[in-house]
Amino acid sequence: MSTHDPAAAIAANRFGLGARPGELKRIGSDPRGWLEVQLSGGAPKLEAARLQPSYRVLAQVIELRRSERDAQSGSATLADAGMRLMQLYRPIYLAEAHARLAAAVESQRSFVERLVHFWANHFAVSSDKRSVTGIVGAFEREAIRPHVLGSFGAMLRAVEQHPAMLLYLDNHLSAGPNARGAAPVDMNGETDAAPMSSVRRRLEARRARRRPRGLNENLAREILELHTLGVDGGYTQTDVTTFAKAITGWSVSGSRGELGLRDPGRFEFKHAWHEPGTKTLLGKRYTQTGVAQGEAVLDDLVRHPATARHIATKLVRHFVADEPPASVVEQLAAVFRDTDGDLPSVYRALIRSDAAWVPTLAKFKTPNEYIASTYRALDWPVADEPRTLASFILLGQRPWTPGSPAGWPDRAADWDGAAAIYKRIEWADAMASRIGARRSAADAAAAALGGMLTDATRTAIARAESNAQALTLLLAAPEFMRR
Amino acid sequence: MNESTRREFLKGAMLATGGLAVSRFALANTSSDHRLVVVLLRGALDGLSAVPPYGDPDYARLRGAIAIASPAAEGGAFQLDGTFGLHPSLAFLHESYRVKELTVIHAVATPYRERSHFDAQDVLENGGNRPHQMTTGWLNRALAALANGASREGGVALGNNVPLLMRGPAKVASWAPSTLPELSDDTLQRLTDLYANDPVLGKRLADALANDAIAEAAARDAKLAAEDAGTAATPARRRRGDARQLAETFRTAAAFLTRPEGPKVAVLETTGWDTHANQGDANGQLALRLRLLDGALRELRAGLGGAWAKTAVLLVTEFGRTAAINGTRGTDHGTGAAALIVGGAVNGGRVIADWPGLSNRALYQGRDLAPTMDLRSVLKGLLSDHLQVPTAWMDRQVFPDSAVARPVRALVRA
Repeated sequence: MSTHDPAAAIAANRFGLGARPGELKRIGSDPRGWLEVQLSGGAPKLEAARLQPSYRVLAQVIELRRSERDAQSGSATLADAGMRLMQLYRPIYLAEAHARLAAAVESQRSFVERLVHFWANHFAVSSDKRSVTGIVGAFEREAIRPHVLGSFGAMLRAVEQHPAMLLYLDNHLSAGPNARGAAPVDMNGETDAAPMSSVRRRLEARRARRRPRGLNENLAREILELHTLGVDGGYTQTDVTTFAKAITGWSVSGSRGELGLRDPGRFEFKHAWHEPGTKTLLGKRYTQTGVAQGEAVLDDLVRHPATARHIATKLVRHFVADEPPASVVEQLAAVFRDTDGDLPSVYRALIRSDAAWVPTLAKFKTPNEYIASTYRALDWPVADEPRTLASFILLGQRPWTPGSPAGWPDRAADWDGAAAIYKRIEWADAMASRIGARRSAADAAAAALGGMLTDATRTAIARAESNAQALTLLLAAPEFMRR
Repeated sequence: MNESTRREFLKGAMLATGGLAVSRFALANTSSDHRLVVVLLRGALDGLSAVPPYGDPDYARLRGAIAIASPAAEGGAFQLDGTFGLHPSLAFLHESYRVKELTVIHAVATPYRERSHFDAQDVLENGGNRPHQMTTGWLNRALAALANGASREGGVALGNNVPLLMRGPAKVASWAPSTLPELSDDTLQRLTDLYANDPVLGKRLADALANDAIAEAAARDAKLAAEDAGTAATPARRRRGDARQLAETFRTAAAFLTRPEGPKVAVLETTGWDTHANQGDANGQLALRLRLLDGALRELRAGLGGAWAKTAVLLVTEFGRTAAINGTRGTDHGTGAAALIVGGAVNGGRVIADWPGLSNRALYQGRDLAPTMDLRSVLKGLLSDHLQVPTAWMDRQVFPDSAVARPVRALVRA
């Protein structure tokens, strides 16, 4: 293929996270093949010595809360743990963010890494909610990565039963109105006890804290609206409430301060909080009991045609264009339906569609993609943790902090404001002056952009007054800002 | 150009060729010293806590542990009238009410009746009847009527990206603070050349440079003011950092608005209002956010100086929250909301609400405050009386298909 053929560069940049030096050459004349082969390499695990499983982090949080509570008489909730909690969280969060960027930069299967980011954003949890700050990274490793090359149904179940999602959307506290263990709690949180001894009062207070408070619809709503059917998927408010009841009891062990637990911080089905009885939602009756009821609903949501369409739309918007071409969406939705959500089949349909290979660079890179592709293009080692984090914060995409369960937005207009672009350029300039002459801008341009490199950019790089300035121009070039 | 930008471009072109019509309408006295600030409260602010209807017989029962106490009680609401109060965190707004610079609007909503934040915000910003009905914002379309063919921007959006509210044919500026070393002039020149054939990036770069100049001036002024006042700039620590950043952004808005030939409309965004769990009452999560907002508004007034007298600040959110406390000491997505207009130009000291009550029968779908006013009525009243947006333009372009929403008059002083 001629050096002006953009297909290899499209494979690396639009589907992947940007080309590393030498990668375009390896992709050679079979960019589609290069992508497809990545799908058969097994799940993209991410393990490193300093990364802890979520249950271990949660166990530490629970322990911290309990010792705080014992120290003072007030009833501390997870959200009130304060300073010491942030001291616990910060090194964990930094280590996870660093590991994630390192994986993105070093991966030989960058298409698969992109998919990890895509799905983690689809099933978004946000670190600004204090109960999950310590486990947002673990969530991605435990619930998303193992299933990215598997079935949507398996990922969906793993996500909705992961403590991070249950805590983020408050389902761990949700109980059915007729649940066996739901003691009626007066609106003001008081019990009608007669005067009691202080010991009994403390015991009663502890029991009251452990009682569920009532039905919470947050998770049920977001599963329907964001994770599966989509906002136009044809569900009603009644469906939301019924679904919420079906998943009452889906909780986290130890999240209510239970003493002497052997295994805190894991998914736990609290039978006593589950709303008993048959549920009818989306026109179907669910007679299962216990945890199986909610699971059956999830299985049916996977097979609902609106889910296929919703997922297809998001994938096509992410990889192809802000306004997803209807024909490609149809194609992917059909494959999703026909294979009951087999994700590699859907990815293959995307790879094989022509619309995904149009040479016009239609998508504006998000800060995440921009930072990763910069490090990849320059083969630059990922900086120490605080500085890495600072880059993401500066460019407006703090890792795992979209601020809402809808995740980060996926259209150019959400990222290409004047201020945002200017910051990106400033950041590129700072990177460039740090690198100085240690990476040739001209070489990096050819190796990263290949057939996508324009004459204007090549010339500007050649005429720059220093290699550092040339690097700035490369990183600020229109064909590097987009993919 | 891809599909979406081509469409936007065509829309802009159509508006421009209706352009002769525009200038005819825009002959209205644009009262060039009137300023409008719109603050978007993303996440559905709980109007029943921000403006508690303490006098409503069902309020305390519904809200339980998160009810705001009546003005008579310790730590209770500020009093507005016999029914409504203001959350005790809103000190500046209360002072404004007392000098008749705040109007409170309650039980108001856009036409949107579902409960998705994202779709509701889309409707709030597009000014239409349903989500994704238009890909431009009502405020931008209003600015288009006032543009008069001027090349300067009529509005500024503070934040990294321009919200839907400010997208459209009218030129708007955007700005957000930065902490990196400055780019050299030479590099900037080469970048400008490199972007010569990229209309989007070229314009963004030019705008960013222009806006930075304004913000720098504001920062210098603020520093001088602090030195005069003898208050040293303290290093921002984490908690205070959030407050300082919000305050800084509001102050910068003021700087843009007081520049000669500068924009007369600014949009600010805040988040964190989605209090599903542990909302708190006079203290807690929501109370803290309200206090930060209140402080930032005070900064805005300080930055505007004399211009405050001709300014109106509109605070809106995409919908309200459930009338009853939920199972996790918070509230869920609702319908009827509160809106606030504060400023020297405001005909204030009153509450505008056709209050439906909070009895079971009165609640919308048995759970939410029922809306009795279309928010667009407020927007129309403000745009026409404060910014002189011509009525015909308003009805056809800014809020098409909104005949049901009759403008609220006399929101601002003559």
